[in-house]
Amino acid sequence: MSTLNLIKIAWRALLINKMRAFLTMLGIIIGVASVISMLAIGEGSKEGIKQQISKMGANMITIRPGAATQGGVRLDNSASQSLTLKDLAALKKETSLLTHISPQVNKGGQAISGAYNWPTSLYGVSPEYLPIRVLTLASGSMFTPSDVRTAAKVLVIGQTVVDNLFPNGEDPVGKTIRFNNIPFKVIGVLNKKGESTFGQDQDNIMLAPYTSVQKRLLANTYLQSIVSSAKSEDEAAAAVEEINTILRKTHKLDGMENDFNVFSQQELISTFSATSEMLTVLLVAIASISLIVGGIGIMNIMYVSVKERTREIGLRMAVGGKGIYILLQFLVEAVFISVTGGLIGVALGLGTTAVISTTLGWPIKITLFSIVVSFAVCTITGIFFGWYPAKKASELDPITALRFE
Amino acid sequence: MGEETVRALKGISFTVNKGEFVSIMGSSGSGKSTLLNILGCLDQPSSGSYLIDDRAVKNLSRNALAEIRNEKIGFIFQSYNLLPRTTALENVELPLLYNKKVSTKERRERALDALNKVGLASRLYHTPSQLSGGQQQRVAIARSLVNEPVLILADEATGNLDTRTSYEIMSLFQELNAGGKTIVFVTHESDIALFTQRTIVLKDGHIVKDLQVQNRANAKELLSQLPKEETI
Repeated sequence: MSTLNLIKIAWRALLINKMRAFLTMLGIIIGVASVISMLAIGEGSKEGIKQQISKMGANMITIRPGAATQGGVRLDNSASQSLTLKDLAALKKETSLLTHISPQVNKGGQAISGAYNWPTSLYGVSPEYLPIRVLTLASGSMFTPSDVRTAAKVLVIGQTVVDNLFPNGEDPVGKTIRFNNIPFKVIGVLNKKGESTFGQDQDNIMLAPYTSVQKRLLANTYLQSIVSSAKSEDEAAAAVEEINTILRKTHKLDGMENDFNVFSQQELISTFSATSEMLTVLLVAIASISLIVGGIGIMNIMYVSVKERTREIGLRMAVGGKGIYILLQFLVEAVFISVTGGLIGVALGLGTTAVISTTLGWPIKITLFSIVVSFAVCTITGIFFGWYPAKKASELDPITALRFE
Repeated sequence: MGEETVRALKGISFTVNKGEFVSIMGSSGSGKSTLLNILGCLDQPSSGSYLIDDRAVKNLSRNALAEIRNEKIGFIFQSYNLLPRTTALENVELPLLYNKKVSTKERRERALDALNKVGLASRLYHTPSQLSGGQQQRVAIARSLVNEPVLILADEATGNLDTRTSYEIMSLFQELNAGGKTIVFVTHESDIALFTQRTIVLKDGHIVKDLQVQNRANAKELLSQLPKEETI
C-alpha cells in the first residue's frame, strides 16, 4: 500500500462525510487560530512596551544619589548630595562602555512669556542630553559647550511649553521666557515626543545648560542625576557594572554600601515585560485548551468512523490488509483533518491578527515561532488523538468485523 | 464472561484437489462457519492441521495469515461486502492494493481483466448502489479472481439472490471451474450444491457425507429452461 493510496483512501473517506470532517476540522482551526492571535497580541504588547521605553532614551542608564546615611540616619534620596561634577568628570575619563554622559539638575517653576504663563520644569543638562533622550530639534539650535562654560541664559523648549506660552503661532526662537524671574532666551524648539509609558508628558520641558541652572537657580554644585547611553543594548549590563566600579572608587566606598543607584533601561524593560509575559502565557494556555478540545473532537469522530466502517475493515483484512495498513489508513485520515485544519487555522489566525491590529490599533507581533509551534502542535494532536482509534481498528478480529451489523 | 471451549469441528479430514468444485453443506451449528474461517485463513485450528498449497497454517502471526489470504485465497460473501461509493473497478483492485509486488499499471490491467471475465466490462465505473444484486456479486467474484488465488471460497454466495440470478452466478462459477479454478462453495441449499462436483455434508462438527455429485446440474441449461424474464 503506497502513501499515495493511503492519502487517496483518507481523502475519499473525508469527502463522504464532508460536513462532519469540516466540523471536526473547525475545532482545530479555532484552536490554532486562537493560539496564533493570542501569541501575536502578547508578543505585540511586549514589543510595544519595549518600544515605548526605548523611546525614553537610547540604552539609557540613569545614576541617582541614594541610600546615603549620615550618622545612622538614612536620608531621602533627593536630599542626598553624593553626586557631583567630580563624578561626572571621573565617568567621562574612565568609561569605555558609555557613549554620552550628561548631568541633570532640575527645578520646577512658572515660565512666563508676555501675557502667558505655564508651570513646567527646567532641566539643566549638557548638549549630549539630546542623543541620550532621543530628542531632536524642530527649529533653532541646541546650546553649545561654550554656553555651558559661560552659564549662558539660553533655553531649548518642548512643544507643550511652546503651545502654552506662544498660543498664537509665532516662532518662539529668539523670544525671551522668564523663569523664576530670570530671563532666558529661547534658541531652539524640540520635536514632539508624546506621553511616556507612565503617562508623563515628555514635551513639557525646558532645557538649559546645567551650569546656568546650578549657579543661577539652585545655587549649589550637586547633581540630581547623571544620564548616559550605553554603547549597545547588550553592553548595558556591563556598563552598569563599570559605573558602579568607577563611582565606588571616586566615592572611596571601600567596604561600604553604595551611596548612589544605577538603573538601566533594560531593567525597566524586563520589569514591565514580565507582566505582559505572564499575560501571554495565560492567553496561550487558554488558547491551547481549545486546541486540545479540537483534538478530542478528532478522536471522537475517528471512533465513529472506525465503528461505521467495521465491515469495511473486516473486508480489507480478509483480502489481505495487514493491521499496520488499517492503522495507517485511519491515522492518515486523522492527520489529514488536523493538518488541513492547522493550515486554515494559521491563515485565520493571521487574518484575525490583522483585523485586530487595524480595527483596535493594538500592537501586534507575529513570530514565525508561533506559527511553526502551533502548526506542529496540531499535527501532533492529530497523530496523538488519531492513534488510539486507529490502533483499535487495526486490532479488530476480521471474522467479527465481517459479521458486524 | 466465562470461557468455554466449544469444539466446533471434531476430527474431520478431507482434501480438496486442484481444479475441484466442492460444496460444503450443513445446517446452522454444524461447524460450517468455523470450517470456512479455517479454510479462509481467518482463523487457525486449535489442534490438527490445515495445508493450503502445501503450506501449513498453524501458529502463524496475523500478518502472515493476511499475506496468505492476500495471495492464495479469494473470498466471496453472501452480502457481497463491496466498498460503498467506490467504483466496481476500484473494488476489484482492492486485494492488489495490499500486494507490494503488483504495480499500479498491472493492478488496473488485472482488475479490468477480472471484470471482463464476469461480464461486467460495461459497468467499470458504477458504484455498488448503481448495480443490481447479481451485478454486485459479480464484482465480488471479480475481486476474488483478481489475485489469482489457489482457492476461491464462497460463503452462501447465492443466499441473497433470486433463482434466476442464482443460476446465473452458478453458471459463472461452473465456467470458472471449467477454466481450472478450485472453488469451495458453502451453502445450505441442496439444489445449489447440485451444481458442484462434490458435496461434503457436516453435522455437529463431523463429516456425515462426502460424495461426488451424481446427475450434476448444468446452470446454463437450467437458465435457458426458466420462463423468460418479464419486462415491465
